[in-house]
Amino acid sequence: MSWRAHLRPGDWLVAALGLAVCAAAFPLAWQAGVAEKAVIRRGGEAFAELDLSRNRRIEVPGPLGTTVVAVDQRRVRVVSDPGPRQYCVRQGWLARPGEIAICAPNQVSVQVQGGKSAYDSLSY
Amino acid sequence: MTRSVIELTATPEDHRIARLAAAAIGLSLIDAAIPLPLPGVKPGLANIVTLIVLARYGWGTAAWVSALRVFAGGLLLGYFLSPGFFMSLTGAVASLAALGLAVRLPRRWFGPVSWSILAAFAHIGGQLLLARAWLIPHNGVFLLVPFFAAAALAFGIINGLIAARLLAELPAADPEPPHA
Repeated sequence: MSWRAHLRPGDWLVAALGLAVCAAAFPLAWQAGVAEKAVIRRGGEAFAELDLSRNRRIEVPGPLGTTVVAVDQRRVRVVSDPGPRQYCVRQGWLARPGEIAICAPNQVSVQVQGGKSAYDSLSY
Repeated sequence: MTRSVIELTATPEDHRIARLAAAAIGLSLIDAAIPLPLPGVKPGLANIVTLIVLARYGWGTAAWVSALRVFAGGLLLGYFLSPGFFMSLTGAVASLAALGLAVRLPRRWFGPVSWSILAAFAHIGGQLLLARAWLIPHNGVFLLVPFFAAAALAFGIINGLIAARLLAELPAADPEPPHA
C-alpha cells in the first residue's frame, strides 16, 4: 500500500497551510530588516546617530567620564566605559537591529536600528 | 496493629492504557537517543502512539497515555521536574488541546496526518510561549520559529503517515487485554 493512499484531501490542505505558515515565519521572524545605524543616547537624549556603513569612533562624555563607541564593518560596540561593572563593554559587538548595550552608570546607551523600528518590549 | 490490604483493581481499560503508554515511553526513549542539530527539535515518535490511541479509543485515553508518557519519560530520562520536563508537559498539553479540536474535523476529509500536523504546530507553539515567558525571556527565541515550524511540518507529516499506515494495517478489532 503506498504512503499516498493514507493522505486524505483535507490532509493535503492542512499540509499546504503548514507550508504557508513556515514560509510566512521566515520574513516575520526577521522583519526588523538589516541594521542601518547605531543610535547613541546620553542621559536619555539622542547624542549621535552613526551610519554603520562608515567605520567611526566616537567619544561620549557622561557623568563618570568618557565612553568610547566604535563602528566597524557594520557592527558597533562600546570600546571603553568608566562604569564599575563593564557590562556594556563585555557585551561585545552589536550587529542585529534592536540590539542594545547600556552603560547605566555613565548614562550612555548604544542601540542598533534597522529600516523599520520594531516594537521592543525590553527597552520600553 | 492490623494489617490492611489495599487492593487495586485494574480494569481492562487500565491495562490498555498501561500497554499503550509503555509503547509511547519506549518510543520517547528512542526519540531522545536520536541526535539532532537544534535543541528542541525532535521527531516526537511517541506521538504516533497518541494518534493511534486517539483514532481507536478517543481523546480521553489519548490524554492518559500522553500524560503517563510525559511523567514516566521524564523519570526515565532523568529530567523530571527540570525545565525540560515542563517544556515536554506544555507541549503535550498544547498538542492534546489541538487534537481535541482536530478529531472533530470530518473524518472523510481529515485523517491522522492532519491531526499530526496540527498537534505538532500546537506542540511547538506552546513550548515557544513557555520558553519566551520563563526560560529565555527575550524575543530572540522567536528567531528560531522558522526552523521549529519547518521541523513541526516535516515530522508532523511523517508521524501522521506512520500512524495512518499502522491504523490501516493493524486489526481494527480491539484485542481483549488478558486479565491479571
